[in-house]
Amino acid sequence: MEKLTFKFETNRAAAGSLKQALIGVVASGNLEVLLERTENPGDCTIEIATAAHGFGEVWEAVLADFVSRRAAGGLRISINDGGARPDTVSLRLAQAVRMIEESLA
Amino acid sequence: MKAWDTQKKARYRRIEAGSRFAEGKVVSKDDLPRFLDSVLTPGDRVCLEGDNQKQADLLAQALAGLDPARIHDLHMVQSGVVLPEHLDLFDKGIARKLDFSYSGPQSARIARMLNGGQIELGAVHTYLELFARYFIDLTPNVALIAAVSADRDGNLYTGPNTEDTPTVVEATSFKGGLVIAQVAEIVDKVPRVDIPGDQVHFLVEAKKPFYVEPLFTRDPGAITETQILTAMLAIKGLYQPYGIKRLNHGIGFNTAAIELLLPTYGEKLGLKGQVCTQWALNPHPTLIPAIEAGWVEQIHCFGSEVGMDKYIEARPDIFFTGADGSLRSNRAFCQTAGLYACDMFIGSTLQIDLAGHSSTVTANRIAGFGGAPNMGSDPHGRRHPSEAWLKAGAEADPVTPAPLRRGRKLVVQIGETFGDKNAPTFVERLDALELADKLKLDLAPIMVYGDDVTHIVTEEGIANLLLCRSLDEREQAIRGVAGYTEVGRRRDKKMVETLRERGVIRRPEDLGIDPLDADRRMLAARSIKDLMLASGGLYDPPSRFRNW
Repeated sequence: MEKLTFKFETNRAAAGSLKQALIGVVASGNLEVLLERTENPGDCTIEIATAAHGFGEVWEAVLADFVSRRAAGGLRISINDGGARPDTVSLRLAQAVRMIEESLA
Repeated sequence: MKAWDTQKKARYRRIEAGSRFAEGKVVSKDDLPRFLDSVLTPGDRVCLEGDNQKQADLLAQALAGLDPARIHDLHMVQSGVVLPEHLDLFDKGIARKLDFSYSGPQSARIARMLNGGQIELGAVHTYLELFARYFIDLTPNVALIAAVSADRDGNLYTGPNTEDTPTVVEATSFKGGLVIAQVAEIVDKVPRVDIPGDQVHFLVEAKKPFYVEPLFTRDPGAITETQILTAMLAIKGLYQPYGIKRLNHGIGFNTAAIELLLPTYGEKLGLKGQVCTQWALNPHPTLIPAIEAGWVEQIHCFGSEVGMDKYIEARPDIFFTGADGSLRSNRAFCQTAGLYACDMFIGSTLQIDLAGHSSTVTANRIAGFGGAPNMGSDPHGRRHPSEAWLKAGAEADPVTPAPLRRGRKLVVQIGETFGDKNAPTFVERLDALELADKLKLDLAPIMVYGDDVTHIVTEEGIANLLLCRSLDEREQAIRGVAGYTEVGRRRDKKMVETLRERGVIRRPEDLGIDPLDADRRMLAARSIKDLMLASGGLYDPPSRFRNW
């Protein structure tokens, strides 16, 4: 198990008022994403526990794009990864941020 | 004095030789080896019917069992190289030269045998191209074909999988060649006449159905959420704005996802009746929910699909059916329909390069082309307008005055940025080039040439190549949807942003696609069983897809 931590600054705070959101499952090729609204609105912290070693560079690229494309300020994001492909990671992150925006979700 | 009827006389001699083993036209199974030995001569050009789906398996086995000291140097001209016997012929020295289209299950062995020199390769063709050559320079001397039943006069009933048979028989029988059919049974009266008896010279009763491969069944249970996202992009970003009514789908999971999203996501967008009404398509089980929801007006088929027969028979308003009620398919006509009468082809591929060339070849496999390049190309012989065709033409060429401007067929490649085993879909150099080097081919086997491709859809977005004005823009548009592959990560970020502002690249968020909709609950059927239920029990899935 490899642990990675990334910190990003952003000027887009996550919308909505839900305190947390959880999506996905820890399974082979999939991942679980937990969002908690605990950071300062200008910060986004992402912690990853992954079964696949040596992909730090790809994670950084995927996460940097995510923070620049979606409103992720104020979020602490914990990822439990079962070796998901980058396209699945991007989709889950986008879904998670939409969930925390939705009061119904 | 020049003789003008040598072919006719040669056929007469073949019929005379073969008749020693026949009662009328009927040859018994036990006499088949001696019969084939008597009608064939070394060097004959032979079409051993191997279609995309249906296989003349009994005749293939018998042919592969002949004595190569007597029958050798055959030139095989057939669309599908599918059965092991098709290649055993070359191992044993019965056949020497091969012209074909598709080699799915034999793709690795065929590459080894080409490399080892056991096969002299004519060319790898698209279906229409090979059919065309049957009438010009690859006309068979002998055709070995497959049908469901025959009467004693040789009238053939092909059943739902007519496929290539009429084309093969036409080319052979009307040019002095000999036609031999294997049929499951000989009957007094065939349910319908697909091939008239005077074009068929001999019959063999196989006493069992010919082999058919279920090539077009995709289990909805295996569709991923990323594939659902690409499908939503295609529907909202292409089908809707271009108003795509007439189309062909490839056989991948992305297009299966589109079919299953029509009654749900498509309905939500109000697209029923506006898109996807007429198809050139095999009877995909995944289209059942859309048909049942009233989306589809008609479908013409290349071949049939295992388990779909009863459903098709119960929906004659949708499918082309015969007097007996069952499907009439025809590969040559359907390929022509897909080429000239459809406004869009959309399919998956294994590799795309920076020029947009795509290929399903990997270094050690030569799978051939089949029909995708016919569907996936812009027909320069087209003259009838349609909304989609005109709009695409205008995007590609805003300068030429409208009355002089060609339209464009939409040729769309859809897929995730990483494929099976995390292999990147986007590459700097196609494996097809390596294969061409290794086998010393004049042409690299390219499935769809870059200049025919109009759009590439991945989970990252849609690249509209029609709007690119230079090779540089084209490259960056492709990199801009290539995700986190090496190709994608080496993009010029600034240029990609400019292309996005111009609408050359459109992301899910640009199209207002909610990632939360990329959910398996959005699929109109989530399993093979759901498809069976949606068909009212008419769809009868093959056992390997029954997991309940």
